[in-house]
Amino acid sequence: MLSSTADKLFWMARYTERADNLARMLDVNYRMSLFPQGPQGITQGWNALLAISDLLGEFKNRYSEVTAENALAFFAFDISNPSSIVSCWRAVRENARAVRGVLTAEAWETINTTWLELRKLDSSKNVPDTSEFFEWVKYRAHLIKGVLRSTMLRDEGYHFTWLGTYLERADNTARILDVKYHTLLPRGQDVGGAADYYQWSALLHSVAAFEIYRRVYRDVITPRRVAEMLVLRDDMPRSLSHCITQVYSHLRAVRNDQSAETERRTGELQASLHFGRIEDVFDVGLHEYLMRFLDKVYDLGERVSQDFLDPVTA
Amino acid sequence: MTPAKSIYDEMHASDGVRSHYRAFADWLQSMTPERLKRKREEADTLFHRVGITFAVYGEASGTERLIPFDIVPRIIPATEWTKLAAGLKQRVRALNAFIKDIYHDQEILKAEKIPADEVRRNAQYRPEMQGVNVPNDIYAHIAGVDVVRAGKGEFYVLEDNLRVPSGVSYMMEDRKMMMRLFPELFARHSIAPVEHYPDLLLDNLRSVAPAGVNDPTVVVLTPGAYNSAYFEHAFLAQQMGVELVQGSDLFIKDNYVYMRTTRGPQRVDVIYRRIDDDFLDPSAFRPDSMLGVRGLLSAYRAGHVTVTNAIGTGVADDKSIYPYVPDMIRFYLGEEPLLNNVPTYVLRRKEDLEYTLAHLSELVVKEVHGAGGYGMLIGPAATKQQIEDFRARIIADPTKYIAQPTLSLSACPTFVESGMAPRHIDLRPFVLSGRDVTLVPGGLTRVALRDGSLVVNSSQGGGTKDTWVLEC
Repeated sequence: MLSSTADKLFWMARYTERADNLARMLDVNYRMSLFPQGPQGITQGWNALLAISDLLGEFKNRYSEVTAENALAFFAFDISNPSSIVSCWRAVRENARAVRGVLTAEAWETINTTWLELRKLDSSKNVPDTSEFFEWVKYRAHLIKGVLRSTMLRDEGYHFTWLGTYLERADNTARILDVKYHTLLPRGQDVGGAADYYQWSALLHSVAAFEIYRRVYRDVITPRRVAEMLVLRDDMPRSLSHCITQVYSHLRAVRNDQSAETERRTGELQASLHFGRIEDVFDVGLHEYLMRFLDKVYDLGERVSQDFLDPVTA
Repeated sequence: MTPAKSIYDEMHASDGVRSHYRAFADWLQSMTPERLKRKREEADTLFHRVGITFAVYGEASGTERLIPFDIVPRIIPATEWTKLAAGLKQRVRALNAFIKDIYHDQEILKAEKIPADEVRRNAQYRPEMQGVNVPNDIYAHIAGVDVVRAGKGEFYVLEDNLRVPSGVSYMMEDRKMMMRLFPELFARHSIAPVEHYPDLLLDNLRSVAPAGVNDPTVVVLTPGAYNSAYFEHAFLAQQMGVELVQGSDLFIKDNYVYMRTTRGPQRVDVIYRRIDDDFLDPSAFRPDSMLGVRGLLSAYRAGHVTVTNAIGTGVADDKSIYPYVPDMIRFYLGEEPLLNNVPTYVLRRKEDLEYTLAHLSELVVKEVHGAGGYGMLIGPAATKQQIEDFRARIIADPTKYIAQPTLSLSACPTFVESGMAPRHIDLRPFVLSGRDVTLVPGGLTRVALRDGSLVVNSSQGGGTKDTWVLEC
């Protein structure tokens, strides 16, 4: 497969996943902002989200005040914010359009229709109810991934698509967990039931993990278990462990002459998650742990790019 | 509904509906206006969803428009098509022979059938190609010959497009759309299929691979997703099952062409390029080109890769060469031309220039290197001021222009705002050369949607129609 084609599929998938997770992150923040709390609490929530997305500076250049309206406008519809949901969808569509020849007609048309619907929404200025919009984004992402999964030829293109999806999801889940953990708990402390039950359940809902938590633990929601589930549980499809296991498997499927070191690093990370214990994670400090994890995911992304997507050739 | 007397109407004769349109006319009668309207809207939605759009030069990047699609087909009876197809094949054979001759012995110039400087000083003549041998002596592998019907219904060739003719994807998508919207019509008619075009194209491309390559790797080279014809490039690559590449995907090593893949470099044998000569190789042509491949010309000249269409085919489809095509047919094939050329005034000739300047309001004047309907004057439709402006341009350099009588292009009933009305059309069939000279029965019919307009180019508000060649 052409390196440039693999690159576009990889990014098409990453931006789809990013739009999905951004909607999840915004939705949970928005829901939390509705709980009774002082205006300071609300500002704090959005500030944390801006910080974890490395966008606080960009935001301050454009808006004078951190309010729910401004933050939502910035994250959802601001096309000049390269990380907004609209910008993500545009990137999905542009990457897909550049490789539409290797996509199935159904996959391409699903992506293109998503963009056309979004444009219609945007131009009508008839912005739907906030949560309704996030739902729409999530379900479009589900639809696209479903069509890709059920129509794509199982060739390299398929592996690069899912490599992108899981790398991005690993990154995003880590960020969602970190920002919420930050907001909800004093640093390093595990105070359990003291934190608001509703807030933790909102976090679980945002990553579609609420029902799973109930089934797995059959017990009250504690921050430590939430972290364990989203970091270490292999069978939880949005957990770091699951994501990196998938990355490893897709990476092995496309291995080439120069990818051995990337594969080794992925395998090492996968093993540390697979055999890791939550006590050790908390000994390091969850925030510390997640920051290190994000660095490693970033490194993997760079290495995948060098090995496959943008190789230097004579 | 009845057009002006002098215009040939594809559907209606003076004594009623032409026989090859009768079944369609009956069907149309049975349709309610509401149903037709709904179908037309459905077509729009589908074209948008599939993304069959084109970018317009000069508008903000990313602006995408649909080419309007009209649901009244252009129907060509079998007997007419047979004659037309034979004429097109003959013409393309002669044009290929001409290009080969020009880049080798130049017999036609020695025989003084064409003034030598008309060729050698032509901007489209590529001295780099002199003496280069190409597989099967084929240069114009894909020709999109523009044909119009005029006068009492006879066909004329308007233009031989031998560089990177586009539009074939619309031929196929229009057919797909018609079959989806009105399957019942296809049961009523025996319509020759066009869907095998990509197969035929791939077979031809493979047949011109460099000698000794048994299982050639074919690619389609596109300028990228912002090119106006990008949809078509992606479409053809997908339909043929070959890679769609950009210049940055290719590189030259040891005078061979490779593409960058996730498993290392892979040899490329045949490039179906959709980039103009000028942009193909920054080390040989325009140095500022970001679209091409450095060193491609050298690999090509060495016979290590086949470029289709060949470099330098523009010398044969240039408007200044067009008037000589009938002579080429006689010279190379020893045959009389089967298709008409439009009578053409060559303004480098003194008497032609004088005549033209005296009759500007009746003539179409074309810049010989213009394309896409940009550099032309349509006398009868122009204002006094436009005519005078053009007169000044012609006098400044007559060699840049040719002139032709305005043909009253045939018209075909078309849906417009006010209902159904005749609109002028042309036809672009696609002639393939490689193993043999072939064409699928059909082509792209373009329609000038504005009342009275003769300009069918999509960049200037033209639309398209499905083209039916009847099998009996």
